[in-house]
Amino acid sequence: MSATLDAPRKLVGQPLKRREDPRLITGAAGFLDDVKLPGMTHAGVLRSTVGHARIRSIDKSRATAMPGVIAVYTGQDFLDLNPLPCAWQAGKVQNNVNTPRVLAVDEVHHVGDPVAVVVAETPYQAADAVEAMAVDYEELPVVVDAKRATEEGAPQLHENAPNNVVLQWTCGKDASEVDAALAASPVRLDQHIVNQRLIPTPMETRGAIGRYDPGTGDYTLWATSQAPHVMRLLITAFVMGIPENKLRVIAPDVGGGFGAKIFLYYDMPLTLALSKKLGGRPVKFVEDRSENYLSTTHGRDHVTDVQIGATEDGHITALKVKTYANLGGYLSTIAPGIPTTLYGRMVAGCYKIPNIHVDVTGVYTNTSMVDAYRGAGRPEAAYLIERVCDLVADATGVDPADVRRRNFIQPDDFPFDTGIGMLPYDSGDYEPALNRALEIVGYEDLKQEQARRRVGGENRLIGFGLSSYVEVCGVAPSKWIGLPGEGWGAGLWESANVRVHLTGKVVVTTGTLPHGQGHETSFAQLVADELGVPYEDIEIRHSDTQGTPFGFGTYGSRSASVGGTAIFKSVAKVREKAKKLAAHMLEAAEEDIVWENGRAYVKGSPDAAKTIGEIALQASVAYDLPEGMEPYLDETTYYDPPNCTFPFGTHVCVVEVDQDTGQVELNRYVAVDDVGNVINPLIVDGQIHGGIAQGLAQALYEGAVYSDDGELITGTMNDYAIPKATMVPIYELERTVTPSPTNPMGVKGAGEAGTIASTPAVANAVIDAVSHLGIRHLDMPLTPEKLWRAMRMAQA
Amino acid sequence: MFPSQFDYYRPSSIAEAVGLLGANPDAKILAGGHSLLPAMKLRLAAPGALVDLGRIQELRGIRVNGGVTLGAMTTYEEIQDSAEVRQRVPMLAEAAGTVGDPQVRARGTLGGSLAHSDPAADLTAVFLALGGEVAAVGSGGERTISADDLFVDLLTTSLQPDEVITQIRFPVNGGTAMAYEKQEHPASGYAIVGVAAVLQLGDGNVCQSARLAVTGCTSKATRLSSAEAALVGQPLNDERIMQAAQGAAEGLEINGDLYASEEYRRHLVTVMTRRVLQRALSTGTN
Repeated sequence: MSATLDAPRKLVGQPLKRREDPRLITGAAGFLDDVKLPGMTHAGVLRSTVGHARIRSIDKSRATAMPGVIAVYTGQDFLDLNPLPCAWQAGKVQNNVNTPRVLAVDEVHHVGDPVAVVVAETPYQAADAVEAMAVDYEELPVVVDAKRATEEGAPQLHENAPNNVVLQWTCGKDASEVDAALAASPVRLDQHIVNQRLIPTPMETRGAIGRYDPGTGDYTLWATSQAPHVMRLLITAFVMGIPENKLRVIAPDVGGGFGAKIFLYYDMPLTLALSKKLGGRPVKFVEDRSENYLSTTHGRDHVTDVQIGATEDGHITALKVKTYANLGGYLSTIAPGIPTTLYGRMVAGCYKIPNIHVDVTGVYTNTSMVDAYRGAGRPEAAYLIERVCDLVADATGVDPADVRRRNFIQPDDFPFDTGIGMLPYDSGDYEPALNRALEIVGYEDLKQEQARRRVGGENRLIGFGLSSYVEVCGVAPSKWIGLPGEGWGAGLWESANVRVHLTGKVVVTTGTLPHGQGHETSFAQLVADELGVPYEDIEIRHSDTQGTPFGFGTYGSRSASVGGTAIFKSVAKVREKAKKLAAHMLEAAEEDIVWENGRAYVKGSPDAAKTIGEIALQASVAYDLPEGMEPYLDETTYYDPPNCTFPFGTHVCVVEVDQDTGQVELNRYVAVDDVGNVINPLIVDGQIHGGIAQGLAQALYEGAVYSDDGELITGTMNDYAIPKATMVPIYELERTVTPSPTNPMGVKGAGEAGTIASTPAVANAVIDAVSHLGIRHLDMPLTPEKLWRAMRMAQA
Repeated sequence: MFPSQFDYYRPSSIAEAVGLLGANPDAKILAGGHSLLPAMKLRLAAPGALVDLGRIQELRGIRVNGGVTLGAMTTYEEIQDSAEVRQRVPMLAEAAGTVGDPQVRARGTLGGSLAHSDPAADLTAVFLALGGEVAAVGSGGERTISADDLFVDLLTTSLQPDEVITQIRFPVNGGTAMAYEKQEHPASGYAIVGVAAVLQLGDGNVCQSARLAVTGCTSKATRLSSAEAALVGQPLNDERIMQAAQGAAEGLEINGDLYASEEYRRHLVTVMTRRVLQRALSTGTN
């Protein structure tokens, strides 16, 4: 051990470069499509080309006879597999559940719905055979718009869902009470707001490899998954009806997920079942990009009418929200929870609003399934309330920053209950982040510049937009989110095992897993500090149900605050045991042992210290342990958080709008975030950067569009615009730090904050640029033509 | 994204390529592949064979000979980086730099772009405005096709199925001002509307000749003849430019889609024409 008397070097808080990056950026990583198994076969999926139809017949004769084709199956061949489960149904209300089977039987409900599968020796042969198949469809009427789907005369998708309603859910005060508050408000505003459908577009598409071992009856699944343990549970207990211990699920390196890889998809049980049918030959299925766009989940897609009450000085007195949430042709794994718990209960944002009523109707339409996408409900809520703030500012003449300040929950209000069924916000101090963001951007100068250009009649207008956001992370206390409460069909605790091997090397296993977040670095920093072992000696293991304790996976910005706490607590247990053993080794009382920087010594005698390595060796060989102590330093924790965490901050965006063309240019982007204590600032900055890019893309570029007959018009990356490096500005980031009291590290979570904050900041900026023309609101994406038309109409 | 089965040929000479095209009637020429291969992967195109021109040395290189002559397989990146092109035909280098992204520019070729005649390509309009010509070789020998005669319709040129573009030639004249302006699609980078302008200027900025071409909104790169007529013989000032731009979209059959309507694109033709003329003038003549 080197330099043992040096002051401990704290790694938590250091911007260490990610230890996983060399392998990820040099092609040394192993993604799903890199997995090649002996005897592996390739599956190709035939998909519905129509939005809604009965399947009269499927002709597989040509495909079956094609070179390399091993087998062709349709939905009829998998009637022994149950439909995929919907694991999060909205709490305390009826959910009219319809979930997909591995392949459609009798009816298809959206373009891209899988109807048959070909297994062939090569993916090329599988694709050729898919093309050679023909389906005879009896086409049925199609509906793609959520509100329209609930109206009289709309096509009906599922027998058990009259008017295509999945769920009808409310939160907050009674509607009549909020109506009265609205009526009593001096300022009254109504706004129709569309939060358009998005396609998550991770760099790696989705897929699965299933392998059945006829000798043991065991199955192995490799899948692009954010939650392998949950997949194992759902596939075995709910779909296949086999014992959970007969399936091992491995998530190889996962190339981005953004939520879309949380869920159970058809291809996971399908490849397993196919492998069994083929006597154990592994079956690989990897989506191409077109398939990813058609049949991996989409995000957002809300249509909302909001009624706003306010005072003349900008205090928001009442909000009445009616939202139609388009959930697609079937329910995806956790779809009903997104527009209810994660959206409805967050619409208060960072404000004290005394009267809120939220009414959400979840709806089936002939479109791809909609489920969690980076932020999942909170972006929709933040967009709504941040547009509301600007609408109130506009109507009252109060500065948008002051509207926010006047309504902010104050620092001594925490823990704060917004009154709409969310857990109490843990901690916060909203105004310093707002003030700092305005200071960085030069708010007063911007106002002058804006006025100057307007008066001078310049072609390029300037606009700036604020977004003060709060979100809920670190999901979640099982008792609150579970079946008796919010309807989540399991717990949401997290696990970690910490093991110190004989040589003093440490292996940590966690139920969370990275798909780009840098767990292997952040968690090693945490363990290095808490246990006092060198960073290099710590290995973080994850992503395989064999060898890791059950965990719920990575989403909802929960890995650090929930998974990290499980690690933190396991380390503490290891440390306590090590101290006991050190006391024994040093022949001292345990209370006289000092633990410092990975060494234990008797108070006053730091020179005669035992290192963690020496203690681990003693614990492992077990020649001389205290009475009753078990060998080995090996501790597991199952940690159920007492609350969620609530990161916040203010983002400010400055745009220029070209009046001739409607083109928007992003001039500046300032983000002051508070994600609590920070383990690795470089990783947090990276998360914020990526998040902002995804959020600003919703404001300006992205939007999935279906034709009236159910075709996805934006079905390729030639039409669906994800942001490129040249389309985003240089980000100016700062942080305030308000530790979370929810967990011992004081962390809040940073994975989704950027996305949640940036969409309203950019939209508010663009609308601000043209507000002098009398434009109050525009729906996203704010494309050049949309702006050009709006300006032209306003000036006509 | 798996294309249908196809045969692959890699000729080492133009003659060999022409022979292969004659022998394989359902063959397509593979140049940079950045339009053809995506279409094949989406199974929108399923040629029985590809004839890859990538190893034919005589199709490469940039030569100065009064004008500028480029081998058909010259990439956008080579054009963008070429000092000769930047000096003599600056708009060509500039426009090449706006195509797609660095990966596309490293592979995509000028010859491929012209032969494909994509309605939203950049260099089709640039080629047309510059009044270039292509040399093409087929079973009937070599011939020259002028810019005005190359583009026939959507994805259609006057090339015969067994003809290969070998060279693209651009004239270089003194007293010429030129520029290219486009508004691009945020996903594809293709032009929503792009306008290329080449002006021959005399004393007092009197416009002696004008060639303007539009891309992105018409079925093929198309001359803006009303705007040209409004400019020729006139001293070019702001007022004249505004007037030419106002009428620029006259007579054009303009396409619309989900992202940009016909009406909006018609408006953009005016805006881009004004901007390209202003910029050509402010950049000055060579």
